[in-house]
Amino acid sequence: MESLSELTQRALADIAASADLARLDEVRVQWLGKKGLLTEQLKSLGGLTAAERPAAGQRINEAKAQIQQSLDARHALLEAAEVQRTLAAGRIDVTLDGRGEQSGGLHPVTRARLRIEQLFCDVGFTVAQGPEIEDDFHNFTALNVPENHPARAMHDTFYLAPGEAAEGALLRTHTSPVQIRALRAGKPPLAVIAPGRVYRIDSDATHTPMFHQVEGLLVDTDVSFAQLKSILHGFMEAFFERDLAMRLRPSYFPFTEPSAEVDISCVECGGKGCRLCKHTGWIEVLGCGMVHPNVLASCDVDPDKYTGYAFGMGIDRLAMLRYGVNDLRLFFENDLRFLRQFRGG
Amino acid sequence: MKLPLSWLKDWVAISLPAEELSSRLTLAGFEVESCLPAAPPFSGVVVAEILEAVQHPQADKLRVCQVGIGSGAPLQIVCGAPNARAGIKVALAQVGAKLPGELNIKAAKLRGIESFGMLCSARELGLSVAAEGILELPASATLGASLREALALDDVVLEVSVYPNRGDAMSVLGLAREVSALLHQPLTLAPQAPVAVTSAATHPVKVEAIQAAPRFASRVLSGIDNTRPTPEWMQERLRRSGLRPISAVVDVTNYVMLELGQPMHAYDRARLTGEMRVRMARSGERLELLDGRTIEMQDDVLVIADSEQAIGLAGVMGGNGTSIAAEASQVLLEVAYFTPDAILGRGRRYGLQTDASQRFERGVDPAGQERALERASQLILQICGGEAGPVTLSGDPAGVPARPALALRRTRLARLVGTALPDAEVEQALRSLQMQVEVTAEGWQVTPPSWRFDVSIEQDLIEEAVRVIGYDRVPETPAKFPQRFRPRPEAQIEERAVLDVLVARGYQEALNYAFVDPVLQQQLFPDSDPVKLANPIAADLAVMRVSLWPGLIKCALENQRRQQGRVRIFELGSVFRRRDGVVAEPKRIAGIALGPRAPEQWGLGREGADFFDIKSDVLALLDLSNAPEAFEFEAKALSCLHPGRSARILRDGRGVGWVGELHPARVREWDLPSAPLLFELDREEATRRDVVKAAPISRFPQVRRDLSVTLPESTPLRALKDRATVAAGSLLREFRVFDVYQGPGIESGQKSIAFGLIFQDNHRTLKDDEADRLMAGIAADLLANLDAKIRE
Repeated sequence: MESLSELTQRALADIAASADLARLDEVRVQWLGKKGLLTEQLKSLGGLTAAERPAAGQRINEAKAQIQQSLDARHALLEAAEVQRTLAAGRIDVTLDGRGEQSGGLHPVTRARLRIEQLFCDVGFTVAQGPEIEDDFHNFTALNVPENHPARAMHDTFYLAPGEAAEGALLRTHTSPVQIRALRAGKPPLAVIAPGRVYRIDSDATHTPMFHQVEGLLVDTDVSFAQLKSILHGFMEAFFERDLAMRLRPSYFPFTEPSAEVDISCVECGGKGCRLCKHTGWIEVLGCGMVHPNVLASCDVDPDKYTGYAFGMGIDRLAMLRYGVNDLRLFFENDLRFLRQFRGG
Repeated sequence: MKLPLSWLKDWVAISLPAEELSSRLTLAGFEVESCLPAAPPFSGVVVAEILEAVQHPQADKLRVCQVGIGSGAPLQIVCGAPNARAGIKVALAQVGAKLPGELNIKAAKLRGIESFGMLCSARELGLSVAAEGILELPASATLGASLREALALDDVVLEVSVYPNRGDAMSVLGLAREVSALLHQPLTLAPQAPVAVTSAATHPVKVEAIQAAPRFASRVLSGIDNTRPTPEWMQERLRRSGLRPISAVVDVTNYVMLELGQPMHAYDRARLTGEMRVRMARSGERLELLDGRTIEMQDDVLVIADSEQAIGLAGVMGGNGTSIAAEASQVLLEVAYFTPDAILGRGRRYGLQTDASQRFERGVDPAGQERALERASQLILQICGGEAGPVTLSGDPAGVPARPALALRRTRLARLVGTALPDAEVEQALRSLQMQVEVTAEGWQVTPPSWRFDVSIEQDLIEEAVRVIGYDRVPETPAKFPQRFRPRPEAQIEERAVLDVLVARGYQEALNYAFVDPVLQQQLFPDSDPVKLANPIAADLAVMRVSLWPGLIKCALENQRRQQGRVRIFELGSVFRRRDGVVAEPKRIAGIALGPRAPEQWGLGREGADFFDIKSDVLALLDLSNAPEAFEFEAKALSCLHPGRSARILRDGRGVGWVGELHPARVREWDLPSAPLLFELDREEATRRDVVKAAPISRFPQVRRDLSVTLPESTPLRALKDRATVAAGSLLREFRVFDVYQGPGIESGQKSIAFGLIFQDNHRTLKDDEADRLMAGIAADLLANLDAKIRE
């Protein structure tokens, strides 16, 4: 019969010879398993005297521990080797594209609109909406533009065919009717912006029959022209994220008095003069003014108690300036090659 | 309007360079759209006279001219112009002259004959785009003088845009007034002396429509010679102002209109029958206009008539029958104040917008008729000779608009502007605009001049004061707006969230016109009855959209043509639908998918997208509602969709949208490589979301049981799910389909569906045999109700 030390040497040799984890596990079962060769040795203790047993038992346990230790060491070694093999085999080309859908994107005009809304909401405005099919009252009369007024010729209006809707129904030519709706729906203090689609009979290189405007209206006691200048300048600098010069030129809108056109220093050349600003250094961006007392009165707001300012700007125009788009028509051709430049929301 | 700077300088001293003046006008509300020299730079061109012109011996079309310039020997010039003849004064470019277009004049030989310079046409000098022959100068031109001086070519033409409330500024006088106020320079306008009345001739005038024409001045000029040429200086001013010289009398009326802003009309008196009447047209009355068209009028149209018929559309255009012919010798001049209301819109009704109607509509100075009549008489007599009859004044002075004094309160001004402007500056600004200003305790009492139709309330005065002082003087002051919370309903899903769902799923947003092609829309929605436009811009943009699909389909087709094989486009916008006699504008969110399921890539195949791909996009939108169980997809089709591959989407039984594949007939007709998939949802109804009330979660383990059944292929999954859910009872947490199969091994007409059921109790651990009992009950129920057999 083999001595314990011979058995131990054999076990250690088996362990050292195990080439992989599976073989090592077989060796473990063979030696230390329930029916393993060393386990058998423990069973043999039964045949010894009580005096011999403790010493014999201790020797066997020492042998077991030695084998276990060797198993553990071998296991760690083999496992490390296994990981190395996996690593070597599992290399991928990380420069290949990810699988699945690619992101779509928002239309640049929507991007600009949401940005405008966000900026004005940050300073206390709420977003208001109005219908795109308007009536003559809201689009013109309540805005101090009576019938036959030459200012109506400034807007070439789309009308609905007779009998299609209420008499005189039209596609709104500006977002200003929302001023009327907001003033009639709520009481001052009131600060709203109203973005939306508007329509005019115009189609050439710089006009599309549908375009986007955003109207702003603030009515309170003691609203001033100075405050109007302040909010517009602040907005323009926030929208374009740069310092800009701004100037107001007297203008005419029937629904504001005084009225102004607003120019900002050219966002392309900074005011030095370039093709975009037609070498003037200025770019016209919006119209504005103090709400005409007739407009306040038509909405049952006391013009002696309240004053207000209003402004209207072209979202498409701001989007063109912001994103460097040189042709308005691109916005409505919906060419994916153009739109995909605005991916990722 | 176009305005030569030299004309403006008749009445106001301007030392500023033209660009500077343009900028000042622009910043005062008169945008100068262009500021161009009257003539391009050239030098070495003088006034000369052709002394002799003989045929060139070698060339039919050339003449050899001897040309004098007042001193020295005549110069020999070879010229090809047919009008080159002895006795006329011409523009001579001498040797060494530099002409526009880098043309340098040198001595040359033309077909063997020496030529020492060039006789110029207006085109060669850059004075006009076209020219017939050489420029002929007036006989009075001084020989040898620089042409630039002789024709006052060192002038600048301003193109000024005038807002519709400032009819008073549509003239040299009006803009001179503005410039005078802006530059603090006096207006050097002398009173107009009346011409000597040397004839007794008058023409009877009867103003019947007295409210429409409260002032009507007229005069007869007799014995005139209308064939005499209009002086070159006047022609040149007319040309620079954008008008074509016609004949002396007409040129004078145009000249005075440009100068004073008062339109007027001259009638050939010989062609008038009886008295002149100013009256409303009779309904259906016809008039042949100067432009040759015949119009039919309504009874709200003001006309000038003789005793027989209408002879002019008042304030808009004269009639053809009484216009001034070259041989006219007796002229009736009419200078009226028509009220804006009487003229507004009348011209437009007949497609006419004339220099006269633009001014009358906006308002001409009701105090300016006599001055204009005297000015025109003076000029006509100067040019054409003749004798003036007395002025006939008709009308009703009471009908002329009054300009009541307006109060301007200092506190109001400061409040509206947001800063206090010095009293002295305010007063000076208003006075410089010829307003009468009286100081009062609260501020000022201001009377605008007769021509200022736009100044009728205090705010108008404020604008005028600030405009002249300068908008740049107003500071920028942040508003103090009250801090308060505004409603933000959580049940309404933010627009951004809706957009983001589709953007994340690969859709690109489009913006389409809200008017669409009626033919395309009709093909898609034959019963839609869209709202029609009265004046569409094009036949294919003539009706309002009832759905976003027509626009999206057009987009998809166009992008296909642009070689975009895979299209994912969506739009969020209003559609226009009649509801109970009114047009509602519900907001919709819609999308179209065409081409492969995924963008071309290495890891996935190129299978085409199908109904279930787009359904998953729809479900992602519906998930915004956080109420997936409220929605149902009902097998149903619109006529534009594939009847077997489309569904109506219901929320709690109410329709909120559609999803499906385009009908194969349309796919063929539009020659599409594959069938596009479409969806459209009501933006509000489909996404509205209740505020979550959280329920406790169970801490006990789940038990899962799977079941595979065969059942008739016509049975929708929905029925199976409903049945199983009812049969499973309250412990069922989830129902998951993991396989659907038809084919070998399954009887034809049948399909196999495999699904998992997940049970859980909130208060205890479920035992295996409980789950088994539940499964047995479900199986029995499905067999009994759906004829679903368990597959082992």
